[in-house]
Amino acid sequence: MSIRVQLQAFDPGVELNGLHATNLGIGAVVSFVGYVRDFNEGRDVGGMFLEHFPGMTEKALGKIAEEAAQRWPLLGIQIIHRVGHLQPGEPIVFVGVCSAHRQAAFEACDFVMDYLKTRAPFWKKEDTREGPRWVEGRSSDQTAAARWQLT
Amino acid sequence: MIRVQYFARYREALGLDGEQLNAEFASLGQLRQHLLARGGVWDVLAEPNLMCARNQELCSLDEPLTVGDEVAFFPTVTGG
Repeated sequence: MSIRVQLQAFDPGVELNGLHATNLGIGAVVSFVGYVRDFNEGRDVGGMFLEHFPGMTEKALGKIAEEAAQRWPLLGIQIIHRVGHLQPGEPIVFVGVCSAHRQAAFEACDFVMDYLKTRAPFWKKEDTREGPRWVEGRSSDQTAAARWQLT
Repeated sequence: MIRVQYFARYREALGLDGEQLNAEFASLGQLRQHLLARGGVWDVLAEPNLMCARNQELCSLDEPLTVGDEVAFFPTVTGG
C-alpha cells in the first residue's frame, strides 16, 4: 500500500507500469487518473489551487485503502494526490489497484475514488476570469459513495 | 483546552486558520453553537453540509469532546 500527497507533478504511465513489477502474481491492474479541466460549470478555468489538511489527509487516504483491502482480495493499492497549484491538463489524482483477477480491481478502484471524493480533506479553488472560486461538493458524489455502504 | 482548525472557504470567511479555546464542550455540536453565538462571519459554520473532524477523523456533530482534542470544521471536500 502506498499513499503519496505531494506538490510535485507525477507521470501516471510510470506509476502504472511500476505497479505490477513488484509481484508477478498480479494478473490485473485497474487505474484511475483525474485531470484538471480547463472548463467547469460554465467558466473557463486557468488553473487551480488544492488545499488539504496535512496529517489528516494521509490518514484518511490510508484508511480508505485499508478498507478496500478488507473488502476485496487485493495485491496492492497506490494513491497519489497533488496539492498546491495545478495547471489545466495536469493529473491531480492517481489510483492504481492490483489483484489476481479484474473484478476485484475494477470494484476496489471505483470504491477508492468514491470514498476519496467524499472523505479525504482536499478542497479545490479554481482560477476563473471572474476571480478565484471554491468548488462546491456535488450531491452526485455523495450518492456514488453511498452505493458502497454495507447494510 | 480545545484546538480548533478551519479550512478552505471557512478559513477565508473567518480570516482565521485556527485557535485554542479554554473551555469545555460536551460535543462538537456544542462547540459549534459556541462559535455561532459570535455572530457575523461565524454564520458560515451554520451551513447544513458543514463537515467536521475530531483528532483528524471525520465525525458527526454528536461526537463527544474531551480536553486536549484537536477539532476541525470545513466545507464539503472536493478532491479527486
